[in-house]
Amino acid sequence: MTIHVDVMPAIKAESKALSFYYGGTVQALKSISLALPDRRATALIGPSGCGKTTYLRCLNRMHDLYPGNRYAGAVFLYPDGLNIVDQTIDPIEIRMRIGMVFQKPNPFPTTIYDNVAYGLRIRGSIPRSELDGIVEQSLKDAALWPEVKDRLRELAFNLSGGQQQRLCIARALATGPEMLLFDEPTSALDPTATARIEELVTDLKQRVTIVIVTHNMQQAARVSDYTAFMYEGELVECDRTEKIFTNPSNKLTEEYVTGRFG
Amino acid sequence: MWLDMFLKSDIDKSINPNVVRRRILRSRLRDRLFALGGLVVMAAACLVLLALLLQLAYDGMGRVSWQFVISYPSRFASQAGILSAWIGTILVMFLTALTAIPLGMGAAVYLEEYAPKNWMTDLIEINIANLAGVPSIVYGLMALGLLVYEFHLGQSFLTAGLTLAMLILPMVIIATREALRAVPPQIREAAYAVGATKWQTVRDHVVPYSMGGILTGMILALSRAVGETAPLITVGALSFIAFLPHSPLTLEFPFLSFQWLFDPFTVMPIQMFNWISRPQDEFHINAAAAGVILLLMTLAMNALAITVRARFRKRIHW
Repeated sequence: MTIHVDVMPAIKAESKALSFYYGGTVQALKSISLALPDRRATALIGPSGCGKTTYLRCLNRMHDLYPGNRYAGAVFLYPDGLNIVDQTIDPIEIRMRIGMVFQKPNPFPTTIYDNVAYGLRIRGSIPRSELDGIVEQSLKDAALWPEVKDRLRELAFNLSGGQQQRLCIARALATGPEMLLFDEPTSALDPTATARIEELVTDLKQRVTIVIVTHNMQQAARVSDYTAFMYEGELVECDRTEKIFTNPSNKLTEEYVTGRFG
Repeated sequence: MWLDMFLKSDIDKSINPNVVRRRILRSRLRDRLFALGGLVVMAAACLVLLALLLQLAYDGMGRVSWQFVISYPSRFASQAGILSAWIGTILVMFLTALTAIPLGMGAAVYLEEYAPKNWMTDLIEINIANLAGVPSIVYGLMALGLLVYEFHLGQSFLTAGLTLAMLILPMVIIATREALRAVPPQIREAAYAVGATKWQTVRDHVVPYSMGGILTGMILALSRAVGETAPLITVGALSFIAFLPHSPLTLEFPFLSFQWLFDPFTVMPIQMFNWISRPQDEFHINAAAAGVILLLMTLAMNALAITVRARFRKRIHW
């Protein structure tokens, strides 16, 4: 086994003292400062209700869809240093740069082709030939192409759960995001489909920054380079994944990763 | 050892087959009694409906003929027909749909997707539900005051169409909102997550996916409007019209004419009402025959609603 020497990777995004309040009053995140390295996968782990999904949904301003939610602090997106949670920044702009894959596969009830093409279509008119190429490439990147290449005009609902989730990944990839957010992407899938998604995440992190929320600690250990452990809305520890799982600095982290609670 | 005995005796105590069986038997009996009661109630409802339909068909079927469909009303019962009435009904329904559907859908999309959730929208929501329950004659009075006296639209097709549109608008709004609400939030989030604006999400996803429910609601609302009589009498439907409105299509440029909008109108239920208020039995038979045809029109609309719903359901299942 070769020793993997990681020269400090560049930072893709970084939250500085990020707090978040649901409905303006319930504080779900308490001053989280966390750096997300460029083209690496960072896993967010922690017991239910610790705020990991809440944190993830801050990164593409998903919380803006529901009234009363409030952010404090900042999340900088590099290289330009744009503050993601700045209320003067249009969340549409953020979501055009940062893609998301959800817990339950949520394809649109249209064809496989239209699902992948949708993100591009709303970005303006793209010539048909070019669109075809991007759809094909995205489906290849999502490791779905061989299974669907002859039935792009069929409804996405006819795919299995695991295929639907890979379709959602292709839909997110089609727009060329700088960062991809995965919110427990395998919790609704069987072990085989889960393995394929994990493999895919491992491939994709060569090209795009990945943040993945997971309940499954083995999954975090398998796919991520960095792991952040959260507890009750606070960031307890963030370090190289091996370190978190073998030699964490914090007692609470050790108890969680060894399965003593959570 | 002691624990083992304790558990065994406890199990012996709780599972006494005879007691359990008797209890199940009693529950079963109640189950069957309720099912029987339900059957009786349902049969009663169906029988009443069937009796009404049969009565109408028995009275009217003999009079239903092609001649009846293509004749104008007449003071001789045997020569009278419903030509102006059914054409009137179709034109009025056309105007009603043309007004109520865009207005109702627009209002529903705004309320469901755009409006902030506060006491104001709650108040509007409650009042839309209230409006759906306002007696139709009240709409007639309002239309008389507003459309006929204030806007001088006359006792015309336009007035009739707008009156019925007002009447079914709350129903259209409520049905559309229900359909929009049935689209799961995950689908909206999926659209937003790839960078769609609210309008793109609504236009490309929420509305198309709820179209089955929306269309069903529209058709059911229209099939209610088809039978409305009171508000149209109030705004001045003529019960004796022995001519057709101006044709909407003309031979000279621009080939479209809106003259018909201001022509006097009648509709099927008005024609029926007129005939039934005559003393002669022959006219009562005419009314029953017109009733049969009106019923067929309504049933056809309901069948259309069912087909539309089935078509959309097949494609979309959450």
